[in-house]
Amino acid sequence: MTLRDYAIRYGFIVLLFGLVAYFAISADGFVSPQSAVFIFQSVAITGVLALGVTATLVVGGFDLSIGSVATSAMMASAYVMVVLEQNAFVAVIVCLLIGAIVGLINGWLIVYMRVPDLLATLGMMFLLVGLQRIPTEGRSIATGMTMPDGSVANGKFSDAFLALGRHRFDFFIPNLIPVSVVVLLVLALLIWFFLEYTRFGRMMYAVGSNERAAELAGAPVKAYKIWAYIISGVFASIGGILLAARLGRGDIASGNNLLLDAVAAALIGYAVLGAAKPNAFGTAVGALFVGILLQGLTMMNAPYYTQDFVKGVVLVVALVFTFALSGRGRR
Amino acid sequence: MVGNAVFRVEGLRKSFGRNEVLGGISLDLHSAEVTVLMGANGAGKSTLVKIISGVYERGGGTMTLAGQDFAPNTPAEAIRAGVVTVHQNINDGVVADLDVATNLTLDRLSGRGAPTIFNPARVRREAKAVADRMGLAIDLKARVSDLSLADRQMVAIARALAHQPKVLILDEPTSSLSSAEADRLFALVDRLRGQGVAILYISHRMSDIRRLADRIVSMRDGIVSGAFDSKPLDYEGAVNAMLGRKIHLDRIVARSSAKAVLTVDGLRIAQGARPISITLGDGEVVAITGLVGVGKTALAETLFGVRKPFAGTMTMDGRPYAPRSAGDAIAAGVFLVAKDRATSGIVGGFNIERNISLPFLKRMSGLSVLKRRLERATARRQIEELGVVCRSEKDEMSALSGGNQQKVMVARWMAQDARLFVLDEPFQGVDISARRDIAAKLRASANGRATLLFVTEIDEALETADRILVMSEHTIVGEHRNADIDMDRLLAEVAGGPLHSAA
Repeated sequence: MTLRDYAIRYGFIVLLFGLVAYFAISADGFVSPQSAVFIFQSVAITGVLALGVTATLVVGGFDLSIGSVATSAMMASAYVMVVLEQNAFVAVIVCLLIGAIVGLINGWLIVYMRVPDLLATLGMMFLLVGLQRIPTEGRSIATGMTMPDGSVANGKFSDAFLALGRHRFDFFIPNLIPVSVVVLLVLALLIWFFLEYTRFGRMMYAVGSNERAAELAGAPVKAYKIWAYIISGVFASIGGILLAARLGRGDIASGNNLLLDAVAAALIGYAVLGAAKPNAFGTAVGALFVGILLQGLTMMNAPYYTQDFVKGVVLVVALVFTFALSGRGRR
Repeated sequence: MVGNAVFRVEGLRKSFGRNEVLGGISLDLHSAEVTVLMGANGAGKSTLVKIISGVYERGGGTMTLAGQDFAPNTPAEAIRAGVVTVHQNINDGVVADLDVATNLTLDRLSGRGAPTIFNPARVRREAKAVADRMGLAIDLKARVSDLSLADRQMVAIARALAHQPKVLILDEPTSSLSSAEADRLFALVDRLRGQGVAILYISHRMSDIRRLADRIVSMRDGIVSGAFDSKPLDYEGAVNAMLGRKIHLDRIVARSSAKAVLTVDGLRIAQGARPISITLGDGEVVAITGLVGVGKTALAETLFGVRKPFAGTMTMDGRPYAPRSAGDAIAAGVFLVAKDRATSGIVGGFNIERNISLPFLKRMSGLSVLKRRLERATARRQIEELGVVCRSEKDEMSALSGGNQQKVMVARWMAQDARLFVLDEPFQGVDISARRDIAAKLRASANGRATLLFVTEIDEALETADRILVMSEHTIVGEHRNADIDMDRLLAEVAGGPLHSAA
């Protein structure tokens, strides 16, 4: 292997460790279990979204609607519990259904209506941003709010639902690991196993690399593509559930950064270990990378508005790693 | 005859790296004549056209246009000098989102002396002049994307002719046209011939060639292998010169089969084509040969379930066989090594091992979890079987030579036992030793299945098949047992001559 190969393969991992070392020295309290958990918690939701979008990247697509699917799921869960006064289980099921249905529609638009993936999911994003505000005429949802018809919504977020966002498991230290982090780890393992070790995952990569060859090898290409968008939609709705559970209300102003952060994590993942292709492990590392960077900057008192800029820089550098250096850019 | 050539090419050479593509081509084009250029894939036709049209630099030799030295550095220079090319891909010649009038005058919108302001009225006026000269009956305001392929073709040609060329090169202009549409094109070519343009017409379609040719030049392996200009033209000779006959390395012993595997009855693969009926037997290797565009790939894809036949039935081992997808076909034991491995075979992101296992992932997994050890063992076995030259089964496909890539494609489909094994142009872009390896492997493993090859080169059929079928105009026109073949009859069938009108 040449130096260049090493740079491509380990460049990002080295950068990640370098970053940790730098923050460990210059930011007090960066190296502690609490800090580590905080980083995990901060990336949990975007990480889940990023894993979903990875599935669409694998089949050679893209899903821009994930951020708005997540916020729609958040609003829906609040609406179901606060306005319709249902329990946590119903709320979760409704959210997952929304994710699956949006994914199905995205897939249908792309596969059968032949709308380019970026445009179809961009359209869906705008549609959902509007749709989620219609039931409450643009207001956030919280217990005791006044509905458009003058009545007062008396339902409340059930404790079981809130536990998804607030409960912490004991892990050596009491109350250490939040549920959202566990969800992230489980989903990451799941999608990693699915993509790397099952025939479905393998075929999805084949579809993304050479659709015609996959079709002539007997794969139902259209179905694979649609399933990828369903996976993406469901993962995004899980992210939305975690968001709603953390906030405890249906907040129309939150979740603006989800799309950018998740897409950045998935694309940074291309550069991890020189994969030069979307992959679950890389996506997880990418999410962690963004999380560490932001946490470190915050602890060093960098102003909040520099964070988007730094994220953008990291993303651009990662893409250069992937496409220019390895010379394998195909997408 | 030689004296009045308007365009002359002499001793033209071109190499890419160590690979010599043109080995000294000489060609004369006369005004008011249609010269047809024939050649199989890889004969060097496109390279020749690209040199003439200024896309490639020539490696040696001279070109003269009306006695003057002709050495274009860019396509624009060639066009300005009066040598205009209409390339095979119609959409390269037109801008789909603009209207016909703008397309016809597109070349006047840029370059020195072009006005800065776009004047629609002037454009339309100029376009009308061009269209009238050509006898083009298309609404000038129509968007090109709304036109049929044939109309687009007309616009592309008209656009080329707006330069009033001395030499016009048409590269397979009818390859995507229906026969009615082609008739309009022929009328246009006649008209241009009448106006004194020297036309170089590149085609595989014998019906085009019979209709238009004043002279025929055949190319093979980068040289002119035959020139025919005495009337009546010797079409079979031209086909023979194009396909050539190399010395036989192996004479094969033709086998015959008693047990039918696949029976095809009354299959029609194109609108208006005559039906096809064939029977393929167990242990038999059958080759279907014919020129490019006669429907070989269409038949292969029909057998493999990715194309619907217009009529007819198929029977596999006595049971009806009507696959609706590649998946159905594979489940029934029908495997296809598709034509053009780069676009329809190789998964670029996968290494050799994963390319081999691709169609049989289901059989190589338990509860949908891949059995990686089995996958690797299969890949190693197949690499060994086919003699793929590589460091290991983890090599990237891009690291392999064309012949080895093709071996991997064949190895992929031989990893499991087929009932019907179809290979579409399996020797395209494959060196001679890999080709012989593959052919030998196919014959050695032929028992227990029917093997069907589609090849353009007759040599390849003679080297591998027990039985050779000839295809022309989307149907089978001849059948030969590969022993003491009547080559004249076979070539006549390939050329689609008298037999075609008699049948």
